[in-house]
Amino acid sequence: MSPKKPETEERTKQIVAPWKGTHGGTIPVLQEVQKEFGYLPEDALMVISREMKIPPSELFGVATFYAQFHLNPRGRHIVRVCRGTACHVRGSLAILDKIKKVLQIEENGTTEDLRYTLEPVACLGACGLAPVMMVDEETHGRLTPDKVMEILGSYE
Amino acid sequence: MAFYRAHVLVCKGTGCNASGSSSVFDALGEEIRKRGLDQEVALVETGCHGMCEMGPIVVIYPEGSLYCRVSVDDVPEIVEEHLYKGRLVHRLLYTTPDRKVKVPRYRDIPFYSKQHRIALRNCGYINPDNIEEYIARDGYAALAKALTSMKPEEVLSEVKTSGLRGRGGGGFPTGLKWEFCRKAQGDKKYVICNADEGDPGAFMDRSILEGDPHAIIEGMTLGAYAMGADEGYIYCRAEYPLAIKRLVGAITHAEEFGLIGDNVMDTDFSFHLHIKEGAGAFVCGEETALLASIEGERGMPRPRPPFPANKGLWGKPSNINNVETWANVPNIIRNGGSWYASIGTEKSKGTKVFALTGKVNNTGLVEVPMGTTIRDIVFDMGGGILKDRKFKAVQIGGPSGGCLTEEHLDLPVDYESLTAAGAIMGSGGLVVMDEDTCMVDVAKFFLEFTQRESCGKCVPCREGTKQMLLILEKITSGKGRMEDLKILEDLAIMVKEMSLCGLGQTAPNPVLTTLRYFRDEYETHIRDKKCPAKACSALISYLIDPEKCKKCGLCARNCPVKCISGDRNTPYEIDQEKCIKCGTCLEVCPFQAVFKE
Repeated sequence: MSPKKPETEERTKQIVAPWKGTHGGTIPVLQEVQKEFGYLPEDALMVISREMKIPPSELFGVATFYAQFHLNPRGRHIVRVCRGTACHVRGSLAILDKIKKVLQIEENGTTEDLRYTLEPVACLGACGLAPVMMVDEETHGRLTPDKVMEILGSYE
Repeated sequence: MAFYRAHVLVCKGTGCNASGSSSVFDALGEEIRKRGLDQEVALVETGCHGMCEMGPIVVIYPEGSLYCRVSVDDVPEIVEEHLYKGRLVHRLLYTTPDRKVKVPRYRDIPFYSKQHRIALRNCGYINPDNIEEYIARDGYAALAKALTSMKPEEVLSEVKTSGLRGRGGGGFPTGLKWEFCRKAQGDKKYVICNADEGDPGAFMDRSILEGDPHAIIEGMTLGAYAMGADEGYIYCRAEYPLAIKRLVGAITHAEEFGLIGDNVMDTDFSFHLHIKEGAGAFVCGEETALLASIEGERGMPRPRPPFPANKGLWGKPSNINNVETWANVPNIIRNGGSWYASIGTEKSKGTKVFALTGKVNNTGLVEVPMGTTIRDIVFDMGGGILKDRKFKAVQIGGPSGGCLTEEHLDLPVDYESLTAAGAIMGSGGLVVMDEDTCMVDVAKFFLEFTQRESCGKCVPCREGTKQMLLILEKITSGKGRMEDLKILEDLAIMVKEMSLCGLGQTAPNPVLTTLRYFRDEYETHIRDKKCPAKACSALISYLIDPEKCKKCGLCARNCPVKCISGDRNTPYEIDQEKCIKCGTCLEVCPFQAVFKE
């Protein structure tokens, strides 16, 4: 599934180029690389390390510290179920369990057909509509376990 | 400029958007054109109105009528009745939950009439993508006033006079913080906006970022002028894509208008502003961790001193304030520090935005003067508890805050009174809980969060929160012992006193306050192996009432472990040994025959 090594390296080099020699570029570069490939391929990380002169250990430290970065391929659609307080009080656990049961995946897991990745998040900041989930960049609120599956079905 | 006899404002904040306001907006545009009203009626897209529960919200001026939960199907009627014939569409007006009264005017709705909007003054009122609308609302007037008639010291002194304190949680006097940075030695200084709003249950920063981005830009520019900085960063979490989009647009417009950039308003003062996207770590809300993250490191806090005012971003003097704090600044400079100080209580000045959520009728954002009571917020503005249930507690201040009970309902909310009660102002999340909420489960919920978000640098926080969580898991699964409560309390105090940063120092608050006010619930879990709120799944069982059971078999067909037996003649029964307590049977039963005990 993962892209070929030379292509990955080439594309990564292009992304890194404007950030070379500047300070504070690590996270924006990782964000852009992840946007490009959907995750952070090892080949890309090695290129970033060489080009930006950051030891791989340090880069790996940054990449694993933040919840946003992923070292494995992810699904076409990212399903973020809010586990914030307001959602918890209004039943987000039942929403999460329903998705897990139907898609047969665990938290942070990806379906075999690479259609969905399930990621519980701390809070989506749409507490007024609790319980809430985000599919890719769209927010869906006032969920019920039944409504959830209907919504997910609309993402191919 | 075109003259419009009516303005139709459609909320396009994240909340209303998720409820479908985009299609309502398009449908309104279409219908207004179809009826040939587009020369006399202006359609405006705005930021958040705050009453997310009632979204999508449509407000029509000059009358100021607010329509709730507007769907595409309602659009022809609104255009026909309101815009064409000048009559209200009564069925879409806000109805008070208690008296069943229709409220025709936006300002008379209790949710709004008790508010005092300063930080939120433009949210829901202007189009955030249009800088001219911000300017028409006196935007950038404060900056012009400061740059043309005030010395930097005078700007600083107005902020000191105002008594403004950090709205992100700490409550540190803003003027003092600015003074430290102003006095720090250094040729290069930074101002930073902390928009890494991570507290579950708080979304006021998001609404300001999305609804009034220029207020933050103007506030930061004023701060930079006062402190002698020429560069700024807004550190915004990546989970807020709309906020980032609006900020990018606002910064571009402000640059085009010469309101930031080189030689602001043709003066010698220059200020450049950048956006940094966060990468998903709650601890980055802590200021030293935030700095590390901007620098491209792991977002881990470091001991203070040195404070960021002396050694901040890339070792240079820096000042970090939260979104809501910055949004207050232009108002203070425009109206004067003593004006701001005339609002609020003795030690807590001005207003505070609260995110009212949980089991309350009107969820949303409210901005009230400091010193307003919790009762006013929850019952008057919030419209009371959902489904008329009994109020049990309100959790204030997010994972760093605490749970307060009925006896605190008349507590005037300010920094001091909340701290005395064991909670904190925090970012201002107010999560209302009713009798179905288990307080031990709530404490566990918050600890799961802080334990997961602990960066792992210092031992008390990393190990302490873990051990505390293990004890809470034991208690909620019915394996707790009475002596665990003492250990839990000791650990909580240790973590609170010994942790390096604010995350660890406040993480035990939910546990400590629930132990203080709801100790009997903990004891019932341990002694009787029962969860009084029937929320802890290990301590409850699902049963079927043979009287109510109509023997339809729906529960048995839906049970994932097939533990329900029965048929047309025998009432259905749940095998308690096999039951996994998923609750599906209760959910599907059309006759409410399934119940929890």
